[in-house]
Amino acid sequence: MKPSESGFWPPLFAAWLLSLLATAGALFLGEVMGMTPCVLCWYQRIAMFPLVIVLGQGLLDNDRRCLRYAWPLVAGGASLAAYHCLVFYGFVAEGLVPCGKGASCTDAELQLAGGVPIPLLSLLAFTGIGALLGFTGHRRKQA
Amino acid sequence: MNRKWIVLSTAIAVVLAFVAGVMVFKNRSGQELARSAQDHGEALVRAHAPVYGNPAAKVTIVEFFDPACETCRAFYPIVKSIVDASFGEVRLVLRYAPLHHGSDTAVKILEAARLQGKYWEAVERTLASQHRWASHDNPQPELVWEVLSDLGLDAAKAKTDADSATVTELLRQDVADMQRLKVNRTPGFFVNGTPLTEFGVAQLKSLVERELGKVGGAGRP
Repeated sequence: MKPSESGFWPPLFAAWLLSLLATAGALFLGEVMGMTPCVLCWYQRIAMFPLVIVLGQGLLDNDRRCLRYAWPLVAGGASLAAYHCLVFYGFVAEGLVPCGKGASCTDAELQLAGGVPIPLLSLLAFTGIGALLGFTGHRRKQA
Repeated sequence: MNRKWIVLSTAIAVVLAFVAGVMVFKNRSGQELARSAQDHGEALVRAHAPVYGNPAAKVTIVEFFDPACETCRAFYPIVKSIVDASFGEVRLVLRYAPLHHGSDTAVKILEAARLQGKYWEAVERTLASQHRWASHDNPQPELVWEVLSDLGLDAAKAKTDADSATVTELLRQDVADMQRLKVNRTPGFFVNGTPLTEFGVAQLKSLVERELGKVGGAGRP
């Protein structure tokens, strides 16, 4: 294949890698370190985990149409992560959030060892994937 | 196809890194647990704690125990048989880790029964009726009184004892020790101060065997 036809591949690969790392990180925090995911975390996981499959399949099949299926997940996940950050930093009252049972969405334990809050990491991952996918789409139009 | 290999090898690399991370984390948290048990040896066994088996046994199993915990119920006969089969070389020290709602009330009732010399009978009845009083969405620890009604306890004295300052203080101390020793799930086992990091019946038995070997226990059956 000519390079111009597959110019979308590198940014798509980077987006997929980001989703893979975010998935591995979420599973590590939840299953290995034993930090129970709160309700909002669960919704973000629902958006993040399928991205590994959808983008990965697009990479394997050299199929840029995978973007179409990835966008709703990225948009949903990014919105949830943004909302979660607002809750975490106290701009939105937690009373509005359905997380009375189980882990709290504003718990200080949401802090990583490095001092980066998990909701912020999630937001960075989703916006990063979004930017890379935007780049992927742009490359397509050029090609 | 070259790119397929890039994808697959990347996926494999991330999975391998994950597995390596799991091993490093488990190892480190095990060491941390061992260190905190070493640093706070005095928090493992307190004079007030109930003991099952020979009080002078060379090997001590400390169990952080929650009467509402299903796994504690499942382990109870196992731990008991380890002690019973040890010819007086292993004893069990029970400490409380009331992590469920209502467990603290159940613990106080058990302690009241202990003051009347009916402790282990009370523990067994409480565990056997766990499904009745310790449902997770609707715990009713007051039902434990009913479960113990055939033990012939002096009910009035028991109710006063359950709410006494002594029992409250005992529970407070156990919870403080639980936190100091970083026990966050039950049952939490320590054998002669060594935490059971890899949870399981076989692992507990082999840890006991190892400690027995260290103290030069007589031939095992």
